[in-house]
Amino acid sequence: MDYSQFLLMPQEVGLLLVFLLVFIYDTFMPQRSQRALPVFTTVLFAIYTAICFVPCEVGSAFAGMIETNQATWAMKNILNVGMLIVLMQAAKWTNEEFMRVRRGEFYELLLLTLFGMFLMISARHFLLFVIGLETASLPIACLAAFEKKRYESHEAAAKYVFTAIFSSAIFLLGISFVYGIAGTLYYNDIATMIIGQKSTLLVVALAFVIAGVGFKLSLVPFHQWTADVYQGAPTAVTAYLSVISKGAAAFSFLVIMAQVFGAAYSTAWEWMLYAVIILTITIGNLFAMRQHNLKRFLAFSSISQAGYIMLGVIAANTLGMASMMYYVLVYVFSNLAAFGVIAAIERQTGKTTTDDYNGLFKTNPWLSFTMMLAMFSLGGIPPFAGFFSKFFIFVGACKTGSVAVYVLVLIALVNTIISLYYYLLVVKAMFIRQDDCAIPTLKSSCGERAAMIVCALGIILIGLASCIYTSLTEYTAAIANIFSQI
Amino acid sequence: MDLTLLMYLIPSLIMFGCGVYGFLTRKNMIAIMISLELMLNSIDINFVVFNRFLFPDQYEGMFFTLFAIAIAAAETAVALAIIINVFRAVKNVDINEITKLKF
Repeated sequence: MDYSQFLLMPQEVGLLLVFLLVFIYDTFMPQRSQRALPVFTTVLFAIYTAICFVPCEVGSAFAGMIETNQATWAMKNILNVGMLIVLMQAAKWTNEEFMRVRRGEFYELLLLTLFGMFLMISARHFLLFVIGLETASLPIACLAAFEKKRYESHEAAAKYVFTAIFSSAIFLLGISFVYGIAGTLYYNDIATMIIGQKSTLLVVALAFVIAGVGFKLSLVPFHQWTADVYQGAPTAVTAYLSVISKGAAAFSFLVIMAQVFGAAYSTAWEWMLYAVIILTITIGNLFAMRQHNLKRFLAFSSISQAGYIMLGVIAANTLGMASMMYYVLVYVFSNLAAFGVIAAIERQTGKTTTDDYNGLFKTNPWLSFTMMLAMFSLGGIPPFAGFFSKFFIFVGACKTGSVAVYVLVLIALVNTIISLYYYLLVVKAMFIRQDDCAIPTLKSSCGERAAMIVCALGIILIGLASCIYTSLTEYTAAIANIFSQI
Repeated sequence: MDLTLLMYLIPSLIMFGCGVYGFLTRKNMIAIMISLELMLNSIDINFVVFNRFLFPDQYEGMFFTLFAIAIAAAETAVALAIIINVFRAVKNVDINEITKLKF
């Protein structure tokens, strides 16, 4: 076997090294130094993230099962940055007493799910994709059940694990039909085998594949688990689930749709996605309005954001792919800022409803300022990054030039305005409404503070630093061939 | 009598349908788990049958089945652990008992 192939997947190998070091630290270090494990992991991961920004070699390894190119490299770096912020936010929470024996497991499972997501992004063979999908989703079920003393945590985990297995069964059925028709599981070979065929079975298989990945992305009508799991799981896990896992699933979804089904079935999946996107954005928005629990509210907001991310898939061109990656990058910062504030407040007071946030500005000006930035960015108010990401994703979709997509973008635009209503409700509660028994002045930990500063800087600067979007378009232009057949 | 592709595929799809039906109607979490196993096993049959009848000169489907069995076992282990956790919390494995989080 040619071991030099591993050089083509430096990010995966590096992540495994980080995992092994954390595992060795957790197993062999004496009890008194265990409290340093969160700091150890975060610093190690920060070094790893920095090293990963070195451009890597491009090519495919293991008989074409794995492919590394500029786009996958950039996407993995975006996920790394998000993971780093999650680690910084979680450091204080994992140091609490009830986490004492399970601290190491938390970090090991978290790193392994990220490894699964990297496999999903790089996979060019369905076997590897399925393994990545399961590696990414099974540990999250364990992580959701992490707070053993809290009943909601168990309920969330049960709901997540059943829907995850059900969705992967549906997905696997779709793949088995694809295999029956094409006789191979390589993305490229399937595309060449099914070109020119018009079989109904393939459309059914396509619908199953969309349903299976749609569960992971929590697209309507496969979204029912989202709100319950987001509310019940520990906030660090919810933040991870809403951002990192969604970004990885969206990217690999686009690759599958373009590379496997693009040649013969682009009209079929475009119409399926068309309906799904309209439903996702609208229903996510309508349900978000009536939520009082902030974690549930962010769950529905993230459902509607997933609809916007899907606009990049329906565009199915290099610009759409770049916009989607940019959207995920901005979404990482804005959503993690919101979850950072919620986690900091929940950890110290246990309060998570909108009414609890009344008069927060008087007592905690910096927390409310960060939350305001996050809400403005999620809603898409101009100087912040959220505006630019929405703008680019609309431009990418309009590039297809079809009237149907213009109508879709119009519906998405109307929904953006609707979404402003509920995002601003939170801002109103913090800044305008008064409350005599507002949350007292809190002291955040160093990690939480650093994460919030990084997120706030990201929200303000990423929209203004146009070089990021330009380089993303260059990366995706390098792999324009996967869209050539659409 | 010759066995044809359809004679394997139809039972396997019926199995999948039974699994979906069980998943949607059963109230006991262990029964839901069994239904999910039915669905996953029917997919294994699909892969093996497609490989054996349509593409007998290669083994991709067989290998996929081996991996799918391993993945299904891992899924069952995690799900059972979580069911035990829920049982400790509510002293029951009925899904009607875990309805605190809604709307």
